[in-house]
Amino acid sequence: MSVHKPRLAVYKFSSCDGCQLSLLDCEEELLDVTDAVEIAYFLEASSAVGKGPYDVTLVEGSISTPHDAERIHAIRRASKVLVSIGSCATTGGIQALRNGRSLDAFVSAVYASPEHISALRTSTAIADHVPVDFELNGCPINKTQLLDVVGSLLAGRRPNVQSYAVCVECKRAGIPCVLVSHGTACLGPVTAAGCGALCPLYARGCFGCFGPKEQANVAALEQTPLMSAFREVSFR
Amino acid sequence: MSRTKTIRTDYLARVEGEGGMTVKMRDGAVEDVQLRIYEPPRFFEAFLQGRDFREAPDVTARICGICPVAYQMAACLAMESLAGVEVEGQLRALRRLLYCGEWIESHTLHIFMLHAPDFLGVHSAVELAAIDRPLVETALRLKKLGNDVMRVVGGREVHPINVRVGGWYKAPTRAELDALVPELEWALAASLDATRLVAGFDFPELEQDYLFMALADDDEYPIDRGSHLVTSHGALFPVADFYEHVTEHHVAHSNALQATLDGEPYLVGPLARYALHHERLSPAAHAVAGDVGLEPVVKNPFRSIVVRAVELVHACEEALRLIEHYEQPPEPSLEVLPRAGTGHGASEAPRGVLYHRYRLDDAGTILDAKIVPPTSQNQRMIEDDLRAFVGAHASLPDEELQWRCEQAIRNYDPCISCATHFLDLQVQRL
Repeated sequence: MSVHKPRLAVYKFSSCDGCQLSLLDCEEELLDVTDAVEIAYFLEASSAVGKGPYDVTLVEGSISTPHDAERIHAIRRASKVLVSIGSCATTGGIQALRNGRSLDAFVSAVYASPEHISALRTSTAIADHVPVDFELNGCPINKTQLLDVVGSLLAGRRPNVQSYAVCVECKRAGIPCVLVSHGTACLGPVTAAGCGALCPLYARGCFGCFGPKEQANVAALEQTPLMSAFREVSFR
Repeated sequence: MSRTKTIRTDYLARVEGEGGMTVKMRDGAVEDVQLRIYEPPRFFEAFLQGRDFREAPDVTARICGICPVAYQMAACLAMESLAGVEVEGQLRALRRLLYCGEWIESHTLHIFMLHAPDFLGVHSAVELAAIDRPLVETALRLKKLGNDVMRVVGGREVHPINVRVGGWYKAPTRAELDALVPELEWALAASLDATRLVAGFDFPELEQDYLFMALADDDEYPIDRGSHLVTSHGALFPVADFYEHVTEHHVAHSNALQATLDGEPYLVGPLARYALHHERLSPAAHAVAGDVGLEPVVKNPFRSIVVRAVELVHACEEALRLIEHYEQPPEPSLEVLPRAGTGHGASEAPRGVLYHRYRLDDAGTILDAKIVPPTSQNQRMIEDDLRAFVGAHASLPDEELQWRCEQAIRNYDPCISCATHFLDLQVQRL
């Protein structure tokens, strides 16, 4: 009798590949994962291509071209559970710096023949296009959280991923506040946890790579006297 | 009447990112080859404009999750060269050590998980594990070690946070680095075994007369930096003269600019570094290259997997040497003050030369940025290899020809994220 293994797919949109690499970076757990699930579609790792439906689909990257804005709908239809992984997929990513600016100027700054380039004016999150079952923040994502999310969804329970700020992790780790004690600009109060307060641990301010925490009060942070001195550097 | 035929692969797998390829054939002869790169453009060079020069390492790291250190180093070097600051001694040794971690991680990923399946007739490392689990476990342990080096020195493996213009936010202690030594010693032995293993693979026949280019820096095998670029035609020029020799072309079928060197297609990466600098390899790497019969210039691109394995040995041995001589520096970084002008930096990404150029104003605001990744430099050469390979092997059955073409592209470990999106391979017999 054959036992049905859950089928996992990994799809990439506009991104650096770093978040899907995080799955391969689970070196100690990878073979256990592949014993437990069938990796049905993961182009970076395998030339075997399996069609949907998939039990869990991980989507890396943002939507930034007309073609990708269509492609994501087919992937959603083929997926029972869809998880967007990484800041590109959950927020539009670093390439969303073009949003609100002139795309034409951007294209001609980089390419000699702009007529060859097909791109949307904005780079947006997966959830702006299709319903998403879970979002995992990070640039890159935390691979331990990734394993927890995949394991939880397959077990039918809620992932154990916190929605509080980096400050909570920082305090728990006993790191002196870089903003208060060194006067270093820090986005920790408004940034989603998950990195383990890595930058403060290295005596630098958080630069927000996990994206905003839920209900982040950016205005309040901007107005604190310590941060306003750095506004020109940090918030432009 | 001409014979027409179309072979099509929708997606080329086991490359970093996705792209496309068309090979058109008429009556068994190759008519046209195009490496199509669909990577959605992300416009890094455009949105760097107006940002502070100290942001460039963290911003450009996001171009590639596989080789972020390459971007961080090239960006730092460009800013430092403009400011007249030289990061030397232990601060520089740490950079080279971090970069060894990236080479170990990236080369292991490519050798075992992306490229070896081609030679062993499987689709993936997961399938390989079903046949030879200890081999895949060795690969994962090597890969983990590369990541461990990156985490200890750089803070994390993908997009390290400890790198800054001028040095580091925090220098690791001697004890933290010493803790890596036992595993590095195991890795050195394991990578020597790996070199002997991959040297025994069957290699499809192809000989190409390549024009090679790599960085050069004194007597070192180039990794983290280089003062000059050297070519196999005997040219030697400072990194700052990159654009006097390299020209980028924007073609319709690619979202990555294609480069030529003094008008010719050229190759960067392991084959180029090995051809130009094999005398500078670490003792164990140099010795094993001889043992497995690697000639001084490797002209068969399918054997790049062996050269990559030799470089893996080098990276392990070099990391051990750097740790042995490490003393924690008194300050983690040097002060770098902004200055108006143009700065150039280059490093040897696992896939080859990566060049950055920035123009700053006197407040350190970036006015203009140019980045040339290795995969766009290799694009023309990949097309040339395919043309030559298909021309010489047109009689192969379609399915095998298609597999070999994909393998020929994977010879370059193309980082299509630095350049591309969908690689879908089509062989059209017209």
